[in-house]
Amino acid sequence: MTPKWMISNDQAVALPSATPGGKRGRRSFLEKTLWQLASVMQESVFSEAYASAPGLLQTLDPRVKFATLILFLTVTSLVRSIPVLVSIYLFTLLLAQLSRIGLPFFIKRVWLFIPLFAGIIALPAIFNVITPGEVWVPLIHLPRAYSWGPYHIPEAIGISRPGVMGALVFVCRVAASVSLVVLVTLTTRWDRLMKALRVVRIPQVFVLTLGMTYRYILLLVKLVQEMYWAKKSRTLRFSGVKAEQGWIASRMGALFRRSLQMSQEVHGAMRSRGFDGEAKILDTFQIRLRDYAWIFTSVLLFGLLFWLDRYL
Amino acid sequence: MPTPVFELKDVSYYYLDKIAAVRDVNLEVAPGERIAILGANGSGKSTLMHILDGLLLPTSGKVLAFGHELTEQRLEDSEFNRFFRERVGFLFQNPDVQLFCPIVWEEVAFGPLQLDLPREEILRRVEDVLDMLGIRELRDRAPYALSGGEKKKVALGSILPINPQVLILDEPTNGLDPRTQQWLIELLEELHLAGKTLITATHDLSIVEEIADRVLVMNERHNVVAEGVPSDVLNNFDLLLEVNLIHEHAHRHGDIVHHHGHGHFFTHDHPHEGKQNDEP
Repeated sequence: MTPKWMISNDQAVALPSATPGGKRGRRSFLEKTLWQLASVMQESVFSEAYASAPGLLQTLDPRVKFATLILFLTVTSLVRSIPVLVSIYLFTLLLAQLSRIGLPFFIKRVWLFIPLFAGIIALPAIFNVITPGEVWVPLIHLPRAYSWGPYHIPEAIGISRPGVMGALVFVCRVAASVSLVVLVTLTTRWDRLMKALRVVRIPQVFVLTLGMTYRYILLLVKLVQEMYWAKKSRTLRFSGVKAEQGWIASRMGALFRRSLQMSQEVHGAMRSRGFDGEAKILDTFQIRLRDYAWIFTSVLLFGLLFWLDRYL
Repeated sequence: MPTPVFELKDVSYYYLDKIAAVRDVNLEVAPGERIAILGANGSGKSTLMHILDGLLLPTSGKVLAFGHELTEQRLEDSEFNRFFRERVGFLFQNPDVQLFCPIVWEEVAFGPLQLDLPREEILRRVEDVLDMLGIRELRDRAPYALSGGEKKKVALGSILPINPQVLILDEPTNGLDPRTQQWLIELLEELHLAGKTLITATHDLSIVEEIADRVLVMNERHNVVAEGVPSDVLNNFDLLLEVNLIHEHAHRHGDIVHHHGHGHFFTHDHPHEGKQNDEP
């Protein structure tokens, strides 16, 4: 039997006036976080398009790519000459271009990380308090120099030449390294990259687990988003910080329970298909002529960069 | 007489030892048979399917598969486990559970890989199954990015390369659009003609006659209450009403209100003019 009130169309909330006069709805912290999570998900799908583009790096065997990445990372962390580091960076730009990765996208992706990873560390190092040496830009003059054990504060505090050079080398090194890593991750599908880890003797069970983690994180993110939407579609007004926090905590619990339950079911599905605890992975990797050409080029470059670093 | 694929003797299953899910089920499945287990939501079909696949062991009673009793010890024996897993495939109700690999190709290769088949044989089977199910273009896609119908196809594709003699299907048509549903029914027919044993749990009465030669009906007290050929069971109105697979339904034709049974399978089989004998 349909209740009487359900048949009537009386609504408790009247239509607001034409210009919105109420409190402006602001995106909550939670909503922003969820949007970011969702965009990470979309991005991972989006960047898979790069991995399947017919570019230079995409056609290489992932194991070869992974091994040469390590080679280039080694040379990047050992050389000290700024021109050499800059050339490595320019080389990554060239590779990006040849691998059909949009340069603006690639550069933005790399330089977004630099201030975060390198800036915070490099910034203090430019002052002569940390890196002593010839002062370029004096900032503060103290009445005298102070010394406590190994610590020494000079009379004139400022930006030092060796400090700036050191920071520059550091930033260049980080930029080149991050570019190399981004290049490899963008041009290799996640699952193939995981399998390529076997080159450095990562056990199969880790590779399998990593692959599954990635797969289910995306599913759980979707679940979180749906829970949030379900709530939002029934929310008429802000219920207060405390209630919101309570809701988030309860959803975290629910999500944890759901993922536990799911892990049991997934384990059942694995057993059902013959999994007995021993991970087995099949790869269809094949080293071809172009891979040998790439290895040859990489080793040659590796030597050349060391040589240049020595004599520049 | 050939050894039955499954023999269930007084099988009961209780969650946490007190919540009944399956009660006193007796069942014998012959090789090549097509069986449908009918029941409303929560009647215990799914649990029964898990028991048949050796994922749950009965709280009481016995399950024999290919003449061997399924026990924890036996399933932990890797020789027997492989023997059993190669012969029995299970299509889970939720494809997200079943698809745990990063891409479709790996999903299809996972089963035969666990069986330690030679590399060439695995590659061949994977390609054949991708073709058979028409999912070749999905091979490099991630399972989470697939539609419901595609997920179901890939989930089936994850079982078939093992070439199991027995397929256990838990609500296989759930959430499928009519076209994919028809595709699935045809595929099951093809597998039946290939000699596979098919055990399907469902509450979709419209597909039963096409996918089964024998039907078991479970009630909401988790017992098997009837068994027979599909046409007999589907025409037993009182039985289907009792186990909540169809419901008394009131609706209006002009001024007349009817009360009559209504399931997916039944169409109106009462005259539409004059006073009805089931009217108040």
